[in-house]
Amino acid sequence: MAIGKEFAKGIYVENPVYRMVLGMCPTLAVSNTVENAVGMGVAATFVLLGSNIVISLIKNIVPKKIRIPMFVVVISAFVTIIDLVMAAYTPALHKALGIFVPLIVVNCIILGRAEAFASKNTIMDSIADALGMGLGFTLALLSLGITRELLGNGTFWGYPVLGQHFTPLLIFILPPGAFLVLGLYLGLFNWIDNKRKLSS
Amino acid sequence: MEIKTLFIIAISAIFINNFVLNRFLGICPYMGVSKQLDSAVGMGFAVIFVMTLASFVTWLIYEYLLAPVDSNLFFHLLKTEKPPDLTFLRTITFILVIAALVQFVEMVIQKMSPALYRSLGIYLPLITTNCAILGVTVMNIDQKLNLIESIVQAFSAGVGFTMALVLMAGIREKLDMADVPEALKGTPIAFIMATLMAIAFLGFSGLSIQ
Repeated sequence: MAIGKEFAKGIYVENPVYRMVLGMCPTLAVSNTVENAVGMGVAATFVLLGSNIVISLIKNIVPKKIRIPMFVVVISAFVTIIDLVMAAYTPALHKALGIFVPLIVVNCIILGRAEAFASKNTIMDSIADALGMGLGFTLALLSLGITRELLGNGTFWGYPVLGQHFTPLLIFILPPGAFLVLGLYLGLFNWIDNKRKLSS
Repeated sequence: MEIKTLFIIAISAIFINNFVLNRFLGICPYMGVSKQLDSAVGMGFAVIFVMTLASFVTWLIYEYLLAPVDSNLFFHLLKTEKPPDLTFLRTITFILVIAALVQFVEMVIQKMSPALYRSLGIYLPLITTNCAILGVTVMNIDQKLNLIESIVQAFSAGVGFTMALVLMAGIREKLDMADVPEALKGTPIAFIMATLMAIAFLGFSGLSIQ
């Protein structure tokens, strides 16, 4: 039951992007197409899962004073793994994500969960937490990716869906579109929350 | 020729590919520290300083310890047949170097100039997780820049970051008095402001410097 709760909280209640406003750099940068968004979401989830597992296993051995450098080393080891795996098996995606693959190291979501959750909880809870947060991050990226690709290019995962009469709004693919769509989504979630508070 | 290349690198890092508004690096401090003008300026200078220093150090480490080239020190020390390829250690080395460097700079500033420490000190720990720093060091290597070019790119990237941050802080100080819809207050409106700034900076992409 508790595991289910740890998993579910990452998806909406504590969604890393929309609720906690963490991991903004990859969120904005790679959400220009659905494919990139999913690729980044999966890569970050893998790193999150790996680092949460290792950190919850070593949490009693690590001296408190040097825990952050230790966490960073663990995280960058997993980032190097996913970096090499992606370069080998999905070279096109690896190239599209570019510098943001090594930059998963400094994604605040991952260090944040290591410090706030995995270093204090059991391994099963940490796994559930990592999967939930990873899914929440992926869904947030996906929502941005779908909106931006659909409006900016008229396509979904590269397939045209809006027909020939649709004029693509190029701005959504360009950098300003990322800021705009994210700002409006954040506003939307605030609005839903405010409504909820009023009605309860 | 050399000066011209450096000039192109500087202009494109500050304006055309502004690190914050075009490459989305360093968004967290951009949103987090842009509420007041004073702290934005402090953060900006701390970033310029650490970024330049980190690029200098990481470039040397990559060239002399990690890259599979003849200048690799392990190649000379261990007398192997060909230079060892340690480039897979890049991410892990760079992040540790940056973290150590930030800690070191913090201690030096604390000893040398307590006044400077009071104004910059609180921003220094935050810089370790600023993706713009790791971003620029990795980018220097990816673009195969030499040492001077790397330093120029890092310094300019820091200037571009500071400029975007200070502009944003100036706007947000005024925004406090504006009548913003309830749901958009705080971060959402800041992102919408960033949209407008990014559109303005998109204008620089028309610049062609050859």
